[in-house]
Amino acid sequence: MSSVKEPLGVAPTSAAGPAPVRPGFAARTWRTVRSSRPAVVGLAIVAVHVVVALLAPLLTPYHPTTGDASHALLGPSADHWAGTDQYGRDVLTRVLYGGRYALGVSVTATLITIALGTVLGCAAALRGGWLDDVVMRVLDAVLSIPAILVLLVIVTALGTGSSVIVLAIAVVCVPQVVRVVRGAALAVVPQDYVTAARARGEGTWAILRREVLPNISDVVCVEFAMRASWVVLLISSLSFLGFGADPPTPDWGLMVSENRTAITVVPMASLAPIIGLATMVVGLNLAADGLSKAWGVDRIREGV
Amino acid sequence: MFSFLLRRVVAALGTLLLSSVMVFLAVQALPGDVATQVLGRDATPDAVAALREQMGLDQPAWERYADWIKGASHGDFGTSLVTTKPVGGEVAQYLGNSALIAVVTVLFAVTGSVVLGVVAGLYRDRWPDHLISTVSLVGMSVPEFVVATVLVLAFSVTVPVLPAVVLYGPGAGVGQLLPAVWLPAASLAIVMAAYIVRMARTSVIDVMASEYVTTARLKGLTTWRVVTRHALPSALLPTLHVIALNVAWLVGGVAVVENVFNYPGIGKLMLTSVQNRDLPVIQAIALISAVVYVVCNLAADLGSMALNPKLRTRGGRIR
Repeated sequence: MSSVKEPLGVAPTSAAGPAPVRPGFAARTWRTVRSSRPAVVGLAIVAVHVVVALLAPLLTPYHPTTGDASHALLGPSADHWAGTDQYGRDVLTRVLYGGRYALGVSVTATLITIALGTVLGCAAALRGGWLDDVVMRVLDAVLSIPAILVLLVIVTALGTGSSVIVLAIAVVCVPQVVRVVRGAALAVVPQDYVTAARARGEGTWAILRREVLPNISDVVCVEFAMRASWVVLLISSLSFLGFGADPPTPDWGLMVSENRTAITVVPMASLAPIIGLATMVVGLNLAADGLSKAWGVDRIREGV
Repeated sequence: MFSFLLRRVVAALGTLLLSSVMVFLAVQALPGDVATQVLGRDATPDAVAALREQMGLDQPAWERYADWIKGASHGDFGTSLVTTKPVGGEVAQYLGNSALIAVVTVLFAVTGSVVLGVVAGLYRDRWPDHLISTVSLVGMSVPEFVVATVLVLAFSVTVPVLPAVVLYGPGAGVGQLLPAVWLPAASLAIVMAAYIVRMARTSVIDVMASEYVTTARLKGLTTWRVVTRHALPSALLPTLHVIALNVAWLVGGVAVVENVFNYPGIGKLMLTSVQNRDLPVIQAIALISAVVYVVCNLAADLGSMALNPKLRTRGGRIR
């Protein structure tokens, strides 16, 4: 087909120019979000959680970790909307502050995971060869060990601080992110504009940043929302098992495990953190679903 | 075809070898000396040194790794530091109990969710689809311990028909454990099914839009026949893969759920052995889980090839 002459108006350099990124990623994202009802609903739920987490001290007169023992195990009332737990702490207050902990730890962990996974996945796709083989084999091996066991071992070895949990989550989740990102990047790498960039003699890093990343940003965004929902669940499960947040911390998983024994007396003390947890994850999942559909990223086929 | 099979098996073995190295190194990194752990804090340095020598802890790490792998390939995983019984037998007993849960879970989750997924796919964007999709979205948004807690509230507290806690030890018979299997299995099945339903729905929608289904319809086949002959096999194919990918997750879910119900299975053993720093047991569980994961993935790949001839070519890549 090369016999067809280029129209005069098109300068030959434009064919070899930078990646065909449609202008304004933020504007484009906003348009996409608005076009998808699940994405709007999901992001709205997450936004409410963020606002509540930020304003928690203003929304409640109680303290999250100190309680009044004489008011233990109360049912819902005007003073305590969701009742109190066995130490007389206000359940609603702990749920509101719990959002802070859940969001803080999960968002940090997810950001680190996505950053690491994106760089590794793109590098594997761009470089190919032995690097690709080594990375994929190592990640396969990590995936073959149950995530919860890896988490337990890391937490036992290094302690239960938030930074350790963030690190442990990154170890467990990076392999899946790399798989997804590598798959998306492999579709970009054979494109002409990448070949052109290579021919211009640009380095791997420059190609990654200017040609590959802008074209897989949608996949990465969907992956972020989806991975965040996973991470929230993982962290709460870890806390539930007693290997996550340390006891006075208002963590949703920890609250369920603390109040479960009294579930017949004060069901609200268990249900309130469950509602907090479930709404946040539903919000994240809706956002991931909506965005993936609007962008045409096949989320479900990427392997859960 | 044969060389393809061979390559898959070799890759699987390589993965296993790599994960065994990682497991060994990670467990070695756990704080605390094993010999001190066994003898207690008050032990004399001489006694600790003697035990270290007896346990081979004074050997270099790679020699200990070689010994461990050699033993493991014969089913000898050493002795537990807590019970001083052979690890192999102990793990096998707990594993058997968990297998009971796993079989019930997979059976329910797969049959139930494939049916629901197909229904949702066939009634796309109508109320059965909306209902099923919403429920499965909620199902995948709650952790296992929440489902378990709600089920206990419903079936052990409100309507007491099933036990909330297992009172038997690991040696209990199937007859004793059977009543206690339903709630843990249901908790896992609900969460697992949510993923499979979405998968099956997407596959069915794809298949029903394909040209060969249109052809089948134009031939005058009934909807039932189109679904059973075309939609179902295609919906099963990717589902197989989701299940295989989820096996590692299933072990984690099992750990949570077994601890909720105090069920004497591998997940419970995993948690207690991490708490007790029972290194040989942790290593054994990790290695066995890795073997299960690799075998399931291999089986899913081969199963996909059996169901889809297109994948049997050299270039056919299975995702």
